[in-house]
Amino acid sequence: MRNGNIITIEKLSKSFPIGGGEFTALSGIYLTFEKGEFSGIVGPSGSGKTTLLNILGSLDTPSEGQTNVLGRASTQMNPKVAAKLRKQHIGFIFQTYNLLPVYTVYENVEFPLLLLKKTAAERKKAVLEALEWVGLTDKIKSKPSQLSGGESQRVAIARAMVKKPDLVLADEPTANLDAENSHHILQTMEKLNQELQTTFVFATHDEKVIGYLRRIIRLEDGKVVSDENIKK
Amino acid sequence: MLRFYIKGLFRDRSRSLMPIIVVAIGVTLVVLMQCWVTGVLGDMIVFNARFATGHVKVMSRAYSENVDQRPNDLALLGTDQVLEDLSNEFPGMEWVERIQFGGLVDAPDENGETRAQGPGGGMAIDLLSPSSKEIERLNLEKSIVRGSLPTVPEEILLSDEFATKLELEPGDQVTLISTTMYGAMSITNFIVSGTIKFGAAALDRGGMVADINSIRMALDMQDATGEILGYLPGDEYDDLQAASIAASFNEKYSSEADEFSPVMLSLREQNTMTMYLDMVDYFKSMIIGIFMVAMAIVLWNSGLLGGLRRYGEMGLRIAIGEEKSHIYRSLIIESVFIGFAGSVVGTAIGLFFASLLTKGIDIGGMMQGSNMMMQGVMKARITVDAYYIGFIPGIFATALGTALAGIGIFKRKTAQLFKELQA
Repeated sequence: MRNGNIITIEKLSKSFPIGGGEFTALSGIYLTFEKGEFSGIVGPSGSGKTTLLNILGSLDTPSEGQTNVLGRASTQMNPKVAAKLRKQHIGFIFQTYNLLPVYTVYENVEFPLLLLKKTAAERKKAVLEALEWVGLTDKIKSKPSQLSGGESQRVAIARAMVKKPDLVLADEPTANLDAENSHHILQTMEKLNQELQTTFVFATHDEKVIGYLRRIIRLEDGKVVSDENIKK
Repeated sequence: MLRFYIKGLFRDRSRSLMPIIVVAIGVTLVVLMQCWVTGVLGDMIVFNARFATGHVKVMSRAYSENVDQRPNDLALLGTDQVLEDLSNEFPGMEWVERIQFGGLVDAPDENGETRAQGPGGGMAIDLLSPSSKEIERLNLEKSIVRGSLPTVPEEILLSDEFATKLELEPGDQVTLISTTMYGAMSITNFIVSGTIKFGAAALDRGGMVADINSIRMALDMQDATGEILGYLPGDEYDDLQAASIAASFNEKYSSEADEFSPVMLSLREQNTMTMYLDMVDYFKSMIIGIFMVAMAIVLWNSGLLGGLRRYGEMGLRIAIGEEKSHIYRSLIIESVFIGFAGSVVGTAIGLFFASLLTKGIDIGGMMQGSNMMMQGVMKARITVDAYYIGFIPGIFATALGTALAGIGIFKRKTAQLFKELQA
C-alpha cells in the first residue's frame, strides 16, 4: 500500500486459454483506489470489468503484473491468505443477489459473522444493525423467496456490510432491479459509504449506477481508456 | 457453524430427503439380507449342531482323532461321571449322549433264514426318556414315512429307502450284526417300528435310529458313549462362548498324555464348520460390501447432481471467505448426518420386515415331505449385529459418495466457482 491507497494495480494483464490460443481479458492496467472511494469500472460486456473485480476480490490472480489489495500483494497470495482477506475485509454484492434460499434474512446476513467466529451476542447486534441500515428489520424471519428483488438486494448489501469490510465489490448490483429499486439501493450504498468510509468499487454499465459514482474508470477491450473523478 | 449447515441441510429437502431415502432403502436391504442370511445359514449351523456336532462335543481324545471312523472301541468311559462333571461345571447347558454305530442289517424270512441283507449305519439317541428332547431336536416325528417312533428299547427306525430295499414293513424283525466296543461279535434283534426320511443320500441308503440304551446293550458299552453333545442355554450357538467353554473344560479334564481322557471341541472345530462359519461371515461382509459400493455410486451421482446445483452456493461461500477445504469438510459432515439419519430409518424398517420374516416362510409344501435334514421353514433371525450393521454402509457410502462428488470443488478454479454465481 502506498500513499494511503487501499488498492494498487501495476501493469496488470489477465489471459485465459481458449481453444488452442489465448484470450486477453485485461492488459496493461495501472490503477489505485483510496479508502472511501465510491468508484465504478464501466464498460460494455466483455470489456473485462468482472475479471478485474475478481482479481481485486482475490478470487483470481493476474497473469502478469501485480496487485496489492489491503496490504496483501498478489505475488504473496495463496488460497488461504486470499480466503482470509475476503472473510475479514471484503464484501461482495452480486447481480443475482445470491441469497441462500433455505435460510431466513437474519441467517443470510449472519453467515459471514459465523465464519468470523463472532459470539451469538455480537452476531445478533451486528445483524440487526445491518438490517436497520437497509431498512429490513421487519423481514428478519422471511425467506428469500418471500422478498421482492429490491428487498433481496438490500439483504445482500446487509450481508456484505455486516462485518464492516474495508472494501465492497459490487458486480452489476442493479441489473435485475427496476429504476425505483435501483435508486433506493444506490442511495443505501452511498449512505453506507459516507457513514462507514467503506470503499465501494462497482462493475457496471448501468447509467443509473454511473450517475452515483464519484469516480468512473472506463474499460474497453481489457484496457483502461479513461479514469475521471466526478465532482458531486 | 455446524448447526447452521445442518439447519440448512434439513430445510433443503432435495439435499436431505432424497439422500436419506436412498440410504434408508439400502440400509433396509442390508439389514433384511443380514437377518435372512443369518437365519437361513444359521439354520444350517443349527442343523449341524443338532444332528452331529452339538454346540460343543465331548469325546475321548483317541475317538476325536479318528472321529470319521466312529471308532466305538475308543469310546469315552465313565460317562456318568463325565456327565455329572459337565452339569456341575456348566449349569444351564444341556448334555446328551450319542453313539454312532454300524453293522449288517439282516432281514429274515418266516423261517429265520436270511432273506435280505444290507450294510447300515445308525445313530443311537435317547428316544425313550420322558425328559429327552432328542425326538424334537432331530425332527424325528415329522420325518416318519411309515409306522411310528420306537416306544420300547427293542424297536428301531430304518430309513425308508433302506427298508424298501430290504422289503421291510413296520413290525418286521431285523437283526443287527455288529461288533462290541471290545471287538466281539454282536447280534441283536430289533423290531422295525417305522421308517424315516433322512434327507441325505448316504443316510437314506442305510440309516438307522435306535434308542441309546438298547445299542449300549448290543455293543457292550455300559457307562460308555461315543459322544456327548452339549447345547448352550436357549439353543443359540455362540462361537465365543462355545470356544471358552471348550477351553475351560479341556484345561481341567483333558490330558494330552492320556488318549482316553475327554476332550471337548466347539462346533467350529468340528468337521468343516470352520470353513462354513467363515463363509457365513464372508457372505455377510459381501452383502455389506456390495450395498456399500452400490449406494456409494448412487449417492456419488446424486452428490454430483446436488453439487452442480450448489455450485452457486459454493461460489458465494468462497466469496464470503470460506476456504475450499472448509466447504469440503462441511459437505462430508452433512453427509455423515444424512447417512446417520438414513441408517436409523433404514435399520428400523429393515428390522420391522425382518421381524415379520422371523416367523419364517414354510417351504415344506414345496418339498417332497419333511425330513431330518431340512427344517421345512426358512426364517430370518434378528441378532445384535442387525441393529448396527446397516450403519456401516449407510454412513460410509454417503461419506464416500460425497467425498467423490466433492472433489469437483477442488478441481474447479475458485474464479470458475465464483462465476457460477452469475449464471
